[in-house]
Amino acid sequence: MNIHEYQAKALFVENKIPILSSHVIKQGDDIQSICGSINDHAWIVKAQVHAGGRGKAGGIIVVKETGQLVPTVTNMLGNILITKQTGDSGLPINAVLLEELASIKREIYLALLVDRGSKQVAIIASAEGGIDIEKVAEQTPERIYTQFVHPAAGLQPNQIRNIGYELHFEMDQIKQLAKILNNLFKLFVDNDCSLVEINPLIVNAEGNLIALDAKINIDDNALYRHQELQALYDTTQHNKAEAIAKELGLNYIKLDGNIGCIVNGAGLAMATMDLIKHHGGEPANFLDVGGGTTQGKIAEAFKLVSSDQSVRSIFVNIFGGIVRCDLIAQGILDALNEITLSKPVVVLLQGTNSAEGKKLLENKLPIIIPVDNLTDGAQRTITLAAST
Amino acid sequence: MSILIDKNSRVLCQGITGTQGSFHTQQAIDYGTQMVAGVTPGRGGSKHLNLPVYDTISQVLIDHKIDVSVIYVPAAFSADAILEAIYAEIKLIVCITEGIPVLDMVKVNAVLKDSDSKLIGPNCPGIISPGECKIGIMPGEIHRAGKVGIVSRSGTLTYIAVNQTTQHDMGQSTCVGIGGDPIHGLDFIDCLQMFEEDKDTDGIIMVGEIGGTEEEQAAEYIQQNVTKPVVAYIAGVTAPLGKRMGHAGAIISGGKGTAKQKYQALDKAGVVTVQTPAEIGKHMSNLLKS
Repeated sequence: MNIHEYQAKALFVENKIPILSSHVIKQGDDIQSICGSINDHAWIVKAQVHAGGRGKAGGIIVVKETGQLVPTVTNMLGNILITKQTGDSGLPINAVLLEELASIKREIYLALLVDRGSKQVAIIASAEGGIDIEKVAEQTPERIYTQFVHPAAGLQPNQIRNIGYELHFEMDQIKQLAKILNNLFKLFVDNDCSLVEINPLIVNAEGNLIALDAKINIDDNALYRHQELQALYDTTQHNKAEAIAKELGLNYIKLDGNIGCIVNGAGLAMATMDLIKHHGGEPANFLDVGGGTTQGKIAEAFKLVSSDQSVRSIFVNIFGGIVRCDLIAQGILDALNEITLSKPVVVLLQGTNSAEGKKLLENKLPIIIPVDNLTDGAQRTITLAAST
Repeated sequence: MSILIDKNSRVLCQGITGTQGSFHTQQAIDYGTQMVAGVTPGRGGSKHLNLPVYDTISQVLIDHKIDVSVIYVPAAFSADAILEAIYAEIKLIVCITEGIPVLDMVKVNAVLKDSDSKLIGPNCPGIISPGECKIGIMPGEIHRAGKVGIVSRSGTLTYIAVNQTTQHDMGQSTCVGIGGDPIHGLDFIDCLQMFEEDKDTDGIIMVGEIGGTEEEQAAEYIQQNVTKPVVAYIAGVTAPLGKRMGHAGAIISGGKGTAKQKYQALDKAGVVTVQTPAEIGKHMSNLLKS
């Protein structure tokens, strides 16, 4: 789960990680009265959305002139921000973060994440912080420095010193870094984070380290033990269908194509998208109904995908293991009883009780087209999408 | 023959009295797996599915010899269950549970790597040696005893591969679902090595996914150590950048772990790669005939 920058920074403050002086303004707040008292100096106004690329998209604006703060905030709040990562529909700006301008001497990249390779928490640092960090990682990987934290030993002072010297810090800054890293590591573990990223961590004119940005990702699997973090979930930052799917316990991601997909298992769902693309089609979504899906869930999934305006045809691809194919077929029939469907549905049922499932779906042409293998299923769905 | 498990494997189930534990233990018994006992704290001394239930694994081991423990306990208690099995020196631990917090698995791994136990999963379908022993949630009836070893990160995609090898009359020696979580036990290389050494495995099917670099490492390993034919499929060629696809493992980051890079590495290693899961069985069949 992603949280907003202002929420992440609140966690920073709690954990004594230095940030700039700031104010959060949300939809419905009295902009005049909040801005009125702080109008006398320059601010950076940052749109709070779950997407990167805000700066280039007009989501980060520097306000230097007195009197410009109120209109800038008013204009941004309640608006939609479209960045490289949001898709065409963009994301609503329901909160903005005001931060004072910093004097930046250096920009450092600092991140903690769970590393699959070492199976430990890794600390990644680079002296080349800023917006081009991915390019740095790709072209000059030697400028990225990593330390792994053993779960029994914890983060050790020698590791912090190593990172500090690698970043060419003076002794005083290494001391600051030690405080920041120890607190960050504690924050990471205490909150079951999968990623904490500060890009950039700046060195200001006085030589002090300050976190300018904050990105925190919480491990969804651990949310059950963090009620206070569950409250930070922002439904407005998700596609409406994605939010509905989450409520239903379906794993759904909206894509740009016109072929709806309903599949069991994440791997098979990805493979189905690949298959459709391989044969020249474009999937409209990724949808994994889960390994132990039910008749009811299938019906809901069916309604969700068929309500998508861009969907021209639907490919149902189920391999029955624990879930029986006849239940899947019944779920489709249930959904058809509730909605009038004009889009053709290609159905591939394999595995447990597939014969019984196929029998239930017999004689439902032209809406339901049964197929016997993956390739045929993908090709038929693509042809139908083009002709409806 | 097979790897890791066979008809002599004696199996314990942790979480045997839960819904999942009950259902799949019964399925395993019906398949012919030697289910020996179950553990559910607080239920020791009772019987469930005609099997003795114990409070702890230590108590089980006083009465029985156990080769494998399969875990169906809820995610919040799974790390503890795996650790209990490691401390009890169970040789093979199969954790089916999905949704275990990743930092729990960081701790488990630190203990696991200094032990003699092997872990399969978590978040996996389990392991089966057809006709001999089934441990996990896979549908037994699609399998046939045979000569192809299958190792996969995904559940249903494993079944697709199994189904095709059955349809092409090759059957399977053993199928291992190593799981889709970022931190898991046995990996591709571990399984490739065992399949290479297993005299009854003639060919190996590998089903990977975007995210991580295990497939790339496996490719390197195959190039140097594997003489048997390998067919590989990688899911997620068209997965959009930065979007999460359900498996925690399926995250693309920093330009590493893309399906394209995995395919390149596997091609370079002489592996027969297929672009769609529909072609896995056909290619393996051709390789075994030639």
